[in-house]
Amino acid sequence: MSHMLTRSLDRAATTFILVVAACGILIPLSNLLLPSGSFLQVPTYLVALWGKYVCYAILALAIDLIWGYCGILSLGHGAFFALGGYAMGMYLMRQIGTRGVYGNPILPDFMVFLNWQKLPWYWYGFDMFPFAALMVILVPGLLAFCFGWFAFRSRVTGVYLSIITQAMTYALLLGFFRNDFGFGGNNGLTDFKDVLGFNVQAEGTRAALFALSCLFLIIAFLICRAIVTSKLGKVLIAIRDAESRTRFIGYRVESYKLFVFTLSACMAGVAGALYVPQVGIINPSEFAPGNSIEAVIWVAVGGRGTLVGAALGAIVVNYAKTFFTSGALAPYWLFMLGALFILVTLLLPKGIVGTINSWWLPWKERRLAAEAATSAARENGVSEPKMAE
Amino acid sequence: MNTVDGRTTSALLYLDGVHVSFDGFKAINNLSLTLAPGEMRAIIGPNGAGKTTMMDIITGKTRPDEGIVLFDGTTDLTRLDETHIAELGIGRKFQKPTVFESQTVEDNLLLALNVDHSVRGTLFWRQNRSDTERIDRVLETIRLTDARKRLAGSLSHGQKQWLEIGMLLAQDPKLLLVDEPVAGMTDVETQQTAELLKQINRDHTVMVVEHDMSFVRELGVKVTCLHEGTVLAEGTIDQVSSNERVIEVYLGR
Repeated sequence: MSHMLTRSLDRAATTFILVVAACGILIPLSNLLLPSGSFLQVPTYLVALWGKYVCYAILALAIDLIWGYCGILSLGHGAFFALGGYAMGMYLMRQIGTRGVYGNPILPDFMVFLNWQKLPWYWYGFDMFPFAALMVILVPGLLAFCFGWFAFRSRVTGVYLSIITQAMTYALLLGFFRNDFGFGGNNGLTDFKDVLGFNVQAEGTRAALFALSCLFLIIAFLICRAIVTSKLGKVLIAIRDAESRTRFIGYRVESYKLFVFTLSACMAGVAGALYVPQVGIINPSEFAPGNSIEAVIWVAVGGRGTLVGAALGAIVVNYAKTFFTSGALAPYWLFMLGALFILVTLLLPKGIVGTINSWWLPWKERRLAAEAATSAARENGVSEPKMAE
Repeated sequence: MNTVDGRTTSALLYLDGVHVSFDGFKAINNLSLTLAPGEMRAIIGPNGAGKTTMMDIITGKTRPDEGIVLFDGTTDLTRLDETHIAELGIGRKFQKPTVFESQTVEDNLLLALNVDHSVRGTLFWRQNRSDTERIDRVLETIRLTDARKRLAGSLSHGQKQWLEIGMLLAQDPKLLLVDEPVAGMTDVETQQTAELLKQINRDHTVMVVEHDMSFVRELGVKVTCLHEGTVLAEGTIDQVSSNERVIEVYLGR
């Protein structure tokens, strides 16, 4: 295992982890310790906002792992994010207890409102955090496993796969909108009071959630790095670039796709679970196909197949979204966002990080080639004639 | 018909009465062919004769409508998929060179190496000395040692063809199917490829599809000429190329 860690930590990866760790420590400290109104103090509303961005960054990593490295373009990853969010939301609902509007110790408010007499069986266990935390990973993972099992075995690829992932998230959207589905219908789950005994509105809880989100971003990044730098990562790239060739060398392509797709869905679920207590609500609109497409755009803007780029893209695009939707530019924000996407597609087709890489990688390759040539010459004493190119 | 009890043939590859049609077009029509262990066979024939379709059937890409396809006398290939057939020891080089362009020459060979191909095995895989040595040997055989760190996409056409042959070697299959290895190569490269294949044939069974008659002559092996999905003639290059029907449909007068 240790060799996997050392292999995954190149300079860029280490820098990324250090930057995220620094943000995860310094921002909460500044929020809590510095007097409010001071220049360096990060206000609580910003901590919550940035915490949201960090959750989006984890979702972007999950998408980049399957799309950037294995060529699986999922346009329904928002569904796994939302399912993780709902699992966390159910735990938070059960924590409300008698503090709800109707004061029912067991039933959440919306069930009392709908005249439900008892808790549906699928809400059992969600009053316990470890169970809810397990479901955050298990539910999206299981859905992805079943979905992938059928899709990848039937060799559904490309646009067709993208379309059925859209259909999947849309079907869930319609389901969760229904009151009789048992997840609060249109309004979703909200009015949360506390998480693990801490008030969700309190500054300390918000700061801790931000730090936790940063920690999970680092963990997700490390998992992705360990995978893409292993031989399995090379197989994934091989599948992305020449799927049938990979089959003919004797790799069971569908098993590889199923593995990364399921893992990616679990990561998306964790991102959703961290997101919900920070924004204070989860409702069916999280399943909207547009959300999933937007998440793919973050990855494209940041740089597909770079991991760091995916996380960066999520933060940059969402920051731009916040920036354009507040202040004088608000009426034009959709145009601004549209322009951003068009400009990136035209000028930076490999995304921000991908473009930076393409500047410096050829230089690195030339340097390596030069080193190899000089060392070969030194070993042989004479330089051998090179093969014609 | 599909069950095989015991070994019935000594051939490494045995095709009998194979038929395939696509929308009524008979791509393979009652094709029968055997390949002995250790043999190298050249397959020639005009475009549309069914050469590539035959390879598709052997490697599991296409299922025949009827007929028997046996590997090693006991294994019915018509019921297995590509991955399974590759694991059995049948390697294939495609007509258009398909290497993994965005990965290095070395990584291409590493991927082809016949080690554990399971998800868990590749995730925790560590390269050991013998793997490195095998890759070094293959690099030497295909004359790409100096290019090992280069991206496969940056190789010349001929080098890509060799890299693909090298990937077959790393895979170390019992049977190599090589589809048009010298298409687009210079005369020197063609010559070198013929030698490379002869060298490979020392410990592998090889089936080569090729249009280049001088290359086939250079190989000096038994030749099978296909036409309209069936065997038209079989024998030495001189016998086949003097066959009246072969001259008529393929070589031209």
